[in-house]
Amino acid sequence: MSDHNYVPSSKIGKWFNDRLPLLSLSAHLREYPTPKNLNYWWTFGGILTFCLIAQIVTGIILAMHYVAHADLAFDSVEHIMRDVNYGWLIRYVHSNGASMFFLAVYIHIFRALYYGSYKSPREVIWIIGMIIYLLMMMTAFMGYVLPWGQMSFWGATVITNLFSAIPLAGESITNWLWGGYAVDNPTLTRFFSLHYLLPFLILGLVILHIWALHVPGNNNPVGIDLKKPSKDTVPFHPYIVVKDLFALLLFLIVFAFFVFYSPNILGHSDNYIEANPLVTPAHIVPEWYLLPFYAILRSVPDKLLGVIAMFASIFILVILPWLDTSKVRSAIFRPIYKQFYWILIIDVLILGYMGAMPAEGTYLLIARVATAYYFVHFLIILPVLGRIEKTLPVPLSITEPVLGGSPNPEMVKKRELYN
Amino acid sequence: MSDQKKPKRRDFLFTASYALGAVGVGAAVWPLLDQMNPDKSVKALASTEVDVSSLEPGKSITVLWRGKPVFIKRRTQEEIAEARSVKLDELKHPEKDEDRAKNPEWLVMLGICTHLGCVPLGDKGEYNGWFCPCHGSHYDTSGRIRKGPAPTNLEIPKYEFVNSNTIKIG
Repeated sequence: MSDHNYVPSSKIGKWFNDRLPLLSLSAHLREYPTPKNLNYWWTFGGILTFCLIAQIVTGIILAMHYVAHADLAFDSVEHIMRDVNYGWLIRYVHSNGASMFFLAVYIHIFRALYYGSYKSPREVIWIIGMIIYLLMMMTAFMGYVLPWGQMSFWGATVITNLFSAIPLAGESITNWLWGGYAVDNPTLTRFFSLHYLLPFLILGLVILHIWALHVPGNNNPVGIDLKKPSKDTVPFHPYIVVKDLFALLLFLIVFAFFVFYSPNILGHSDNYIEANPLVTPAHIVPEWYLLPFYAILRSVPDKLLGVIAMFASIFILVILPWLDTSKVRSAIFRPIYKQFYWILIIDVLILGYMGAMPAEGTYLLIARVATAYYFVHFLIILPVLGRIEKTLPVPLSITEPVLGGSPNPEMVKKRELYN
Repeated sequence: MSDQKKPKRRDFLFTASYALGAVGVGAAVWPLLDQMNPDKSVKALASTEVDVSSLEPGKSITVLWRGKPVFIKRRTQEEIAEARSVKLDELKHPEKDEDRAKNPEWLVMLGICTHLGCVPLGDKGEYNGWFCPCHGSHYDTSGRIRKGPAPTNLEIPKYEFVNSNTIKIG
């Protein structure tokens, strides 16, 4: 973090800043030294912040018109769509916004995986990010239940039943979650309450995420430590702000395409049928962003072990900083890791596709292989690869390879240590 | 430092304060958690009576009890014979059909897949019983799990025949 003794120019500014240093904070955010080689994959943090705010704003508005009751919820959503002024727009922005949010978060996570952003000294940023991701999944799941359609109801039934796999206490836990003996009105009202609460917890964690980021500063495509501020850095404002805004604009084009041209393509048509506890739809599928985990759940033939595998697939990401033993951060200098990285991406995409297909025959077999590979990647390949891989030499500073100048003394020391 | 090891009056007071504090916090938190459990109005809907006089052999009906579907199936002789001829060691969750259907013609069970709670479809699957479309569990004509991820047989609720035409569930 840059040390600066910011003094406001105006008298009243100085008076206020001495009592609450908000102006110093804003000066820190503007001057914050950022690596000058950040590429467009680094703009998704800003895009995600936009997504969160957009979800909170549209969500608060929807809650003004929505009725959280098993008999009224479905109709109140249709009321929003047909009667409320611009209700259709606000609801479509909210429902597609969830998908856009996950699209951005997956790019953000896979950027961190490629450039080793989770490695020391950024483990805490990574773990907070994973907690945010977990809360996002919970929030999205509960939000999907609120329209009280068939997919809402049966999605809620299947997911809450995951907890019935817990030995002995399983049934009491599910009854406690439901507030009854099946998913019903008490479940809907508590999901509404929590769906409203969790985004604000996410907002708090986002602030911690950024705070933790500003301690070591950003990672960068070459993944080396930088001297800050130096010729390798630029101030956050205006350089990164403008770049982030431009990326956001491109992202909003995609967002607007979904909202205005295919607002229901990411949803499931069965959710336009009101919830019926007597009939399960023929194919229950979660929203696309949960499909890989769903495939892992279904690929294990035992109920309890399937649930454990699914939760383990998320938890394994939390301990990733200690599973990846390589000292070199960026995949640019890890020729073998780079290949495994792309295999992992293909593996996750296959899992996602299998999660949408019926769990039988060849689909099930492929899902099982892909599930096994997912765990092998994190538990075997990463720890071993870090020890045996011959990495390429990393530059001593961002400018060093091109200008030959200003090597970062800390990087010089590191290179002497490892060679 | 050696006399530090002996607990002093002050240590006792600290421990006692923490212990009392923990009890107090627990007592304050319990109502906040217990409010989520099924309440009195939910528990009050404990039993349902169903008229089954119009049910033909081979047919089944689904009724709602405590928000859950209950299958009432009037089984044919073939279905009963099929259920009773299965050897117990072929079953994942061994239960005799005689124990599951006291009156062999009538099978009353919760229509909830024991895997993740979907409603299985009747007269489907490889064992002529029920098939759950969600994750592919097959149940036989006694509602016992034969194939797929579900761990146990379909649950039998508490029920009784009030008279020859009426079943009381719960």
